[in-house]
Amino acid sequence: MKKSWPLYVLCIPAFVFVCIFSYGPMVGLLMAFQDYKPWLGISGSRWIGLDNFERIFRYDEATQAIINTLIIAVSKIIVGIIVPIIMAILLSELRNVGIKKSVQTLVYLPHFLSWVTVAGLMINILGLDGGINQMLTRMFDIAPIYFLGDPDLFRFTVVVSDVWKSFGFGMIVYLATIAGINPSYYEAAEIDGATRRQQIMYVTLPSMLPMIIVISTLSLGNILDAGFDQVFNLYNPLVYSTGDIIDTYVYRSSLLNGQYGFGTAVGLFKSGISLILIVVSYRLAYKYANYKIF
Amino acid sequence: MYHKTTGYRVFSVFNYAFMILAGLVCFLPLLHLLAQSLSSKAAISGNLVSFWPVGFNMDAYVKTFSNSNFISSMWTSILRTVLGTSISMFILTCAGYALSKEFRGRNVLMWFFIFTMLFSGGLIPSYILVTGLGLKDTIWALVLPGAFGAYNLILLVNFFKTIPKALEEAAFIDGASFFAILSKIYLPLSLPGIATVSLFIMVGHWNSWFDGILYMSDASKYPLASFLQTVVVQSNMQNMAMSQSEVEAMSEQSIKAAQIFVSTLPIIMVYPFLQRYFVKGIVLGAVKE
Repeated sequence: MKKSWPLYVLCIPAFVFVCIFSYGPMVGLLMAFQDYKPWLGISGSRWIGLDNFERIFRYDEATQAIINTLIIAVSKIIVGIIVPIIMAILLSELRNVGIKKSVQTLVYLPHFLSWVTVAGLMINILGLDGGINQMLTRMFDIAPIYFLGDPDLFRFTVVVSDVWKSFGFGMIVYLATIAGINPSYYEAAEIDGATRRQQIMYVTLPSMLPMIIVISTLSLGNILDAGFDQVFNLYNPLVYSTGDIIDTYVYRSSLLNGQYGFGTAVGLFKSGISLILIVVSYRLAYKYANYKIF
Repeated sequence: MYHKTTGYRVFSVFNYAFMILAGLVCFLPLLHLLAQSLSSKAAISGNLVSFWPVGFNMDAYVKTFSNSNFISSMWTSILRTVLGTSISMFILTCAGYALSKEFRGRNVLMWFFIFTMLFSGGLIPSYILVTGLGLKDTIWALVLPGAFGAYNLILLVNFFKTIPKALEEAAFIDGASFFAILSKIYLPLSLPGIATVSLFIMVGHWNSWFDGILYMSDASKYPLASFLQTVVVQSNMQNMAMSQSEVEAMSEQSIKAAQIFVSTLPIIMVYPFLQRYFVKGIVLGAVKE
């Protein structure tokens, strides 16, 4: 029999780190039920039951942040699934290997830029006299558009820039799926007289379906995650009404305004609902696409 | 044959044009930035710069590299990336190798790790913990809290699982220890997986900005991404809120562009070489039949 003690030893570093830095903060969630005062600590602060949670729905700003989060996250999920699928199909139709590889290299790139960099680019390009507005003014003779300062346009800008940054990377699994389709299906379809469009509709898409189902169900868990990094770097007081999401609201209400207990409660509310959604989505992915995480 | 139909030819032409355009759209903003960083102030404020420098000069780069805050934050970033990636990879390969085997309690342990991906204490409890441990204002606040990533662990476990068991058994019979097997068989054979995960962790550290702002009380200790955040984003917000004259903001444009470009350069340089690894890594790690 092989000894398995070395396997336990190998897990010790990870175990220690997880206990301290992942499970450690969970103790701090007790603050959500307290009128937390930093100088009193968790043991000394007053317990106030569910007051902090009630305030989430009493404060208009908090409710608005939840609504904004849902709208932005759901739009991102829908667009973020459809665009990579279409782009992967179109890319796989290119026959010239050189062009195909070059396009692939270019579209993966934005994924590796930080949101700080992308925000810098966007502030630069989307400004009132930035490149996009200049182009629009020259082509259509319209007044410059305030992409990042107009509450009506802000969500649109956020969703489009998110797709710009992530569609290339999202394509990878779909491209792999398409590459794995048995060529004899296409040959058979061609002999039966199917046009290329019909081959895509009746061979490519159905073969991608299991992967599409997995990705869609798994993204259910992100429904309260509208992207702190992105919104924080793009928003400004002008667009709080439509652009303030749960995470940015937690940051401003707690760390900037000192309402630690309330901020923790909002965070816990979000984590709790996300946890339920993720568990449900993993169950669904397992049931309908036989997907296991490990 | 469909290749010869007029309809397919028309589609093909449009498809090539569209995909090339899509590729360019992902890249042109950076090129625009590079052009601005090399252009004269006058050309930028006159909106003359598109993708080619106008009034070529290197002033912005000279100013960027003579800014002591920029240099010190670059060192902080390099240090955190090297330290953070080494520590993370050590923890993750050890655990990943072990968890790719069957042993008593393996599933419980795996779920213990994966749960951290599903639920977390959140911003404020983490902040209080890191502060409480006395890590504030040290490089460890940037390196240690995120050292373990469950997603990366899953990628590595799936990677190690693809290595044939027979190799390991043969080595065992020859008297090799677990540790020898890990370093002599598993690490070399799973290089694509290791490279993928290392790349993700490296890019993650290089791009991280929020923890710097959170845990460093003095801007001189910021890593590069946090420094950029204050220069590029926060100064822009102030401009918007205070509606300062656009002219003043424009004059700094070439320096901002140079700073963003320099900070992005390592990623642009590293990633084409690792591309073949990460595509393979993602697919093997994420797609399972």
